[in-house]
Amino acid sequence: MSEQLTETAPVAEGAAVGKTQTPLQRFASDYFESKIAAGALFVLIGIIFIAVFAPWISPQDPYDLSSVSVLDSKMPPGSQHFDGWTFHLGTDGAGRDLLSAIFYGLRISLGVGIVSGVIALIIGAAIGMVAAYFGGWVDTLIMRIVDIQLSFPTILVALILLALLGKGVDKIIIALVIVQWAYYARTVRASALVERGKEYIEAATCLALPQKRIMFRHMFPNCLPPLIVVATLQTASAISLEATLSFLGVGLPVSEPSLGLLISNGFDYMLSGRFWISFYPGIALLITIVSINLVGDQLRDVLNPRLQK
Amino acid sequence: MSDAMLSVNNLTKNFVKRLDVAGKIASKLGSNIREEVVHAVDAVSINIPRGGVVGLVGESGCGKSTLGRMIAGILKPTSGEIVYKGVSITDMSEDEMRKAALQIQMIFQNPFASLNPRMRVEEIIGEAPLIHKMITASEKTEYVCEIMQKVGLDPEYRRRYPHQFSGGQRQRIGIARALAVKPEFLVCDEAIAALDVSIQSQVINLFMDLREDLDLTYLFISHNLSVVEHISDQVVIMYLGRIVEIAETDDLFEEPNHPYTQALLNGIPKLDQRGIDYEPIEGEIPSPLDPPSGCHFHPRCLHAIERCKMERPVLREIAPDRWSACHLNDQA
Amino acid sequence: MTDTPTLEVRNLHTHFFTKAGVAKAVDGVSFTVRKGEVMGLVGESGSGKSVTGFSIIGLVDPPGEVVGGEVLYNGQNLVGLPEEQMRQLRGNRVAMIFQDPMMTLNPVLRVDTQMIETIKAHDPSVNETEAFQRCRDALGQVGIPAPEERLRSYPHQFSGGMRQRVAIAIALLNKPDLIIADEPTTALDVTIQGQILYEAQKLCSETGTSMIWITHDLAVVAGLADRICVMYGGRIVEQGEISAVLDHPVHPYTRGLLGSVPGHGTRGKRLFQIPGMAPSLLNLPKGCAFKARCPRADDECIVEPEITTPVPGREIRCCHPHLDPSEEVPA
Repeated sequence: MSEQLTETAPVAEGAAVGKTQTPLQRFASDYFESKIAAGALFVLIGIIFIAVFAPWISPQDPYDLSSVSVLDSKMPPGSQHFDGWTFHLGTDGAGRDLLSAIFYGLRISLGVGIVSGVIALIIGAAIGMVAAYFGGWVDTLIMRIVDIQLSFPTILVALILLALLGKGVDKIIIALVIVQWAYYARTVRASALVERGKEYIEAATCLALPQKRIMFRHMFPNCLPPLIVVATLQTASAISLEATLSFLGVGLPVSEPSLGLLISNGFDYMLSGRFWISFYPGIALLITIVSINLVGDQLRDVLNPRLQK
Repeated sequence: MSDAMLSVNNLTKNFVKRLDVAGKIASKLGSNIREEVVHAVDAVSINIPRGGVVGLVGESGCGKSTLGRMIAGILKPTSGEIVYKGVSITDMSEDEMRKAALQIQMIFQNPFASLNPRMRVEEIIGEAPLIHKMITASEKTEYVCEIMQKVGLDPEYRRRYPHQFSGGQRQRIGIARALAVKPEFLVCDEAIAALDVSIQSQVINLFMDLREDLDLTYLFISHNLSVVEHISDQVVIMYLGRIVEIAETDDLFEEPNHPYTQALLNGIPKLDQRGIDYEPIEGEIPSPLDPPSGCHFHPRCLHAIERCKMERPVLREIAPDRWSACHLNDQA
Repeated sequence: MTDTPTLEVRNLHTHFFTKAGVAKAVDGVSFTVRKGEVMGLVGESGSGKSVTGFSIIGLVDPPGEVVGGEVLYNGQNLVGLPEEQMRQLRGNRVAMIFQDPMMTLNPVLRVDTQMIETIKAHDPSVNETEAFQRCRDALGQVGIPAPEERLRSYPHQFSGGMRQRVAIAIALLNKPDLIIADEPTTALDVTIQGQILYEAQKLCSETGTSMIWITHDLAVVAGLADRICVMYGGRIVEQGEISAVLDHPVHPYTRGLLGSVPGHGTRGKRLFQIPGMAPSLLNLPKGCAFKARCPRADDECIVEPEITTPVPGREIRCCHPHLDPSEEVPA
């Protein structure tokens, strides 16, 4: 019997494995190998920070009509407010400090993007798991619905929905959820099908574990990697879609301007030389989406080969 | 016969690739596309005695893994019955079926895919006994440590994840997981095929020790005849879904009866044969989608006669404890 | 014996520079393969046997690199040879067969296209008809029935065993002097493996091609090879003529390995087991790589053993070899 125990001894001395290394720690060390992705992650964290703390860090509350004066409108970046502080990015047509407007706008854009993403993920993932686990006609039915949904261009669907639903933050979120859930369902289903064939799921069946437990405790956590990647990239896509809709004038009401609306508002002034009113919100949107995409790319590279181990 | 721990009677498993809507339309319009049926396991009957080790041998497409999975409860048979401790599984109540399922456990081939990569070893081993109320939450740690020691793993490492262990150690974790539910019957599906030679010997010894200590019965599925010769009491040879020969290990290796068994034994390289002239069997293993008629082996058999092409040979007892499915035995 | 051996490997070192450290996959390997000889290169996973094969033919990809030693093919050193010259040798004079035949075969090209391409890459003057003939003959040589039809098929239309035969046929097309086979039959069924081994044996004796057969299966090597090299931890621990090594192993690892193989003689008994596990190549212990698992190890083994010749024709790296010929292999 003692011969069997010695099989474990060399792990402690020779192996490259040290203390318990959770999958999370392993993932983190792989992720930070790319300097670009690490940079993008920090930028993204900065953006989220700004969005969350906007009311506290903005020089001005752009929706407080008392602090905004039409006399300040269309002033170029660097000009002075009569109270002494600087409009770092200038002001827009109504006299609002552009920097503050961008901070608040990020809040809305990110908020709508993330909330709709999360809801779509929950709905889509549940549907995808059910389709994969049960197979047969359940799977066929669900996947045909998904296919139909995905064959329509997202902007078209969103426009139609918003025409029916009207304006408002909640309406936009509903529209974005309806447009996105199918991607999540398809991704999760594909991943779950792969996992279902693996022997550890067979083992769980052999151990007579309840079906629900096998689905959610065993299959689902292993479907997370591709799901995380899709979620990240979809969020960027949702933010972009919302901006487009706002730019077109449907979607969010004027009282809650997202970056898209800011860009739209400033569009009239582009040719007259007051480019900053559209330009800076545009840059903010660009940086947000690019950093999310870079993070998503690195996640995809890091998470996928891992699955082969 | 009556003290068989587990027996299967005429067990069959067919995998059907049904036509989807497009296919159905095509076939109605006259195309000769049709449903594809693979007879993975074709009316197989075996008896496994209590405390015995039965080796199940065959090459790709023979159905041994499918048979193993049906016995372990992972796949549902198409027809036929599985009788465990005298009671047919289909006659059992929910509760009895669950108990039987726990008593028949499986050890898998792939040490990488057979463990949930996101669960700690402690969880992997301790989950099932906890769910089935075999132990309480407070007893879990002690129970897991005990089992880990029994399979030769250091309980210190129970909080680690599978990727931190070697192939041989992962296989031991898989064995521990099976042992945790106190099984009486283990199906080992190529359990050592993916391991290095020196680790294989460790795991083979472990199987033999556990058999004695815990009074286990094994169905040992493998394509490696040397290992089967070492560990089994009785050997079953399968070819394309059917059993071709059953015999006690010594009898089979000394005097194989079925031509396929003979060819199999001739073809394996042996350590003490130097610079031999191989005499391999001709031909490829046929596809299970389109097996030859009559006796599946007839296209590759050196002794095939007309009858072999037309009639499926029956598995008959040709001597005490020896069965073979070959028409040539009838002529003796 | 004055003609140059087909292949002479001298003190080869191949290291992998990973973020976790330097893995010394091949750590001072030397052996010789004569014309028409079959050399069995045996070891378990992590022993460095496959990397040795790749190093010889120059297919080690970054982060791996051949960092030292010489590989003399007919006297010419291949290490450091410019890629263009190496390309002319590869597939032409030195060929390789892999475990997965799909590493050789392109799934989107027909078999005849791929084979003719191989011929033309090294001899552009050959015309189509002649090339086709050679391909057909090569397929016949490896035992593929109806070669003309098979030539027009795609790889996915062949079974696993057939694909491997096609891969072998491609390796043979330009009549190389040396074939390196990396576990070519490991993934195949027993009866198919028997067929491939039969073909390989026939070929070597008929054409005088030298072969290095890399495997972990001692039984395969027993029937096929003339000489054997046993690798452990990136080094060759025992080397010699096949029967001599298998019947009278000198190195404790070889003895342990032979004792671990189950079979007729071990029926019902406990198998000999080498305790512990193979060391990680990132973290090889000081001195003898096998020290931690060796029943005869002591303080002397802290110094890495040099290559010694305790018995004529046998080279080993060991401080405490089993020299008593009457000692039984442990069972």
